[in-house]
Amino acid sequence: MSGTIFRGPLDGGLLIAPLDEFTAVYHRASGITHLLTEPAPQILAVLGEGASSLDVLLERLGRDYDLDDGTPEALAARLEELVEAGLIERA
Amino acid sequence: MRYAFSVRIGPIGFRIGSDWRAPIAELQSLYRDYPKPHDGVPDFTVRLFARRPWRRLIRPSVEIGGDYMLPEAAPLPLRQGLLAAEMAMNLQMALGARRYLLLHASAVERDGRALLMTGISGAGKSTLATLLAVKGWRFMGDEFALLDPATGLIHAFPRLISLKNEAIAAAEAAWPTARMGPLMPATPKGDIRHMVPDARAIAAMDVPATPALLVFPRYGFEAETRPVPPAEAFVRMTQASTNYVALGEAGFRSLTGLIADVPSVAIDYPDGASAIEQVEALWSAL
Repeated sequence: MSGTIFRGPLDGGLLIAPLDEFTAVYHRASGITHLLTEPAPQILAVLGEGASSLDVLLERLGRDYDLDDGTPEALAARLEELVEAGLIERA
Repeated sequence: MRYAFSVRIGPIGFRIGSDWRAPIAELQSLYRDYPKPHDGVPDFTVRLFARRPWRRLIRPSVEIGGDYMLPEAAPLPLRQGLLAAEMAMNLQMALGARRYLLLHASAVERDGRALLMTGISGAGKSTLATLLAVKGWRFMGDEFALLDPATGLIHAFPRLISLKNEAIAAAEAAWPTARMGPLMPATPKGDIRHMVPDARAIAAMDVPATPALLVFPRYGFEAETRPVPPAEAFVRMTQASTNYVALGEAGFRSLTGLIADVPSVAIDYPDGASAIEQVEALWSAL
């Protein structure tokens, strides 16, 4: 898994509106509105800058954000959820 | 169709055709002070028709049709023809409107700013809007508030006020001079009586307002007021909008903008007087 590259939507593919602890995300390609909590919006923000492997992602998130659970296992689970939701994909 | 009537309610023009004279006569009377559609061209067409020719005369039953239809919609007896017309007009709006984000909410205005009230049937949307109008607020609508994606403004849709069950007596007591439609007992929605909005509401229906407060009222509880977190308000409003999904990106931008700009508050209230007090307190604290 650690070698897998994850890719977010192309530039402008998402509309992101922080509400409170939830963030509303509109996925242009599907027209679906998602309601996300940390660290999903942060993951999307990092992947918005370019495709990334789990290890690189973990390092970036750890540097820029204060993650509650910064283990690779936890991040892999969150990535899997975002893949299932159709918001990111394996490159 | 044999009988027809056109009317404009806020920015939306309707043409209602009917196999019977009675519902059209009632609409003509109740909407007599309303304008006609812009350039005579309606946005939506409604048809009240008999499924079989003899159903026009024998146990006449009114089928609801129009640009948008629900195949499973049950017909209504002719004495409830006005209700059929109003339901059909609402249906066109709910399924067909694309120019505005439709919020299932009542709305009143003061000083150019709009108060929106949304909730399930029976929460008191219509009653509270009526009571506030008596207190000097401008009535903008009791069913749909129209949020313009281009400007963020709320446009009025002051159709006939649909009063149900005990709300009928309450509204009549609050506004004894209001013109009323026929009392329709025991409809599928309970006892129904339509009330004509006041002259000011009709005269000012083309004047939009800036949304200022979003209220989620709940009738039948001890008086209580609590703020609604933005995410909860957002989700509840996506559910309270009939065309949020259809509007796509414009709907998302409009609704997240509304939630960001306007405080959301839940109000539990035991009676109308208490609700008015709670609303006025919130409004003066804005």
